[in-house]
Amino acid sequence: MTVTQEKPARLIGGPGLLLVWFYGVMVVGAVSRSAYQIATEFDRAPLSYALSAVAGVVYGFITYSLVRGGETARRAAQFCCAAELAGVLVVGTWTLIEPSAFPDSTVWSQYGMGYVFIPVLLPLSALYWLRRSRAAATR
Amino acid sequence: MLDALTLATGVAALLLAAWCGWAAYRDQPTKDWHFIGMAVVSLLAVAQLVVGIVQLARGGKPEQGTTIFVAYLLGAFACVPTAGFMSLAERTRWGSVTVAAAGVVLAVLEVRLFDIWGG
Repeated sequence: MTVTQEKPARLIGGPGLLLVWFYGVMVVGAVSRSAYQIATEFDRAPLSYALSAVAGVVYGFITYSLVRGGETARRAAQFCCAAELAGVLVVGTWTLIEPSAFPDSTVWSQYGMGYVFIPVLLPLSALYWLRRSRAAATR
Repeated sequence: MLDALTLATGVAALLLAAWCGWAAYRDQPTKDWHFIGMAVVSLLAVAQLVVGIVQLARGGKPEQGTTIFVAYLLGAFACVPTAGFMSLAERTRWGSVTVAAAGVVLAVLEVRLFDIWGG
């Protein structure tokens, strides 16, 4: 989220800035939401709240990697975005097939419908952006 | 008072989003006038934060819980300034796109705030 002055290949130039912004928003959303729910009503839907917390941590790591920049961070971010995409798809499908496992919704329920599908669109655009960043770096 | 501020902030946020979206469409970075616009929206958010806290101090109870209410107030307050600083570092159209996105996010937060307070 914050402005940095790094020497390694910048990942937050151009469209990357927008990605960092949305990831930052998702970090705040997922982490604060799950922290509140775990602190106050964890027993009601432990699986949902734990999943939201995991999602928050993954978002936090991706945000950090994007801001940090450089090839290692780029690869780490790419891996996490793939994991995130898998998470959204698995949890999204799971909530459709077996709604009873989720008494309360998570960030990733119904492919992130409660968040205007940003959770499923974000990793797709991030993966695209990270691939292009590598192509630009090797050129 | 709070509802009026929520509405005003939400509308102002959408206007800011449209304005910066227009700048992005014309391939321009955020300029001084945009920053004045961001300042106006941020001032509204600050006023909302203050009024919200005063309402709480006077014994008002948000329908969906005080913690959530305060968290959303703080989020609404931080939203546009953060994107503004990010757009300072990115002097291309993408800085404008980011501020436009912040305006949309803030408008969504305002809708949620309205629900949380129980309007």
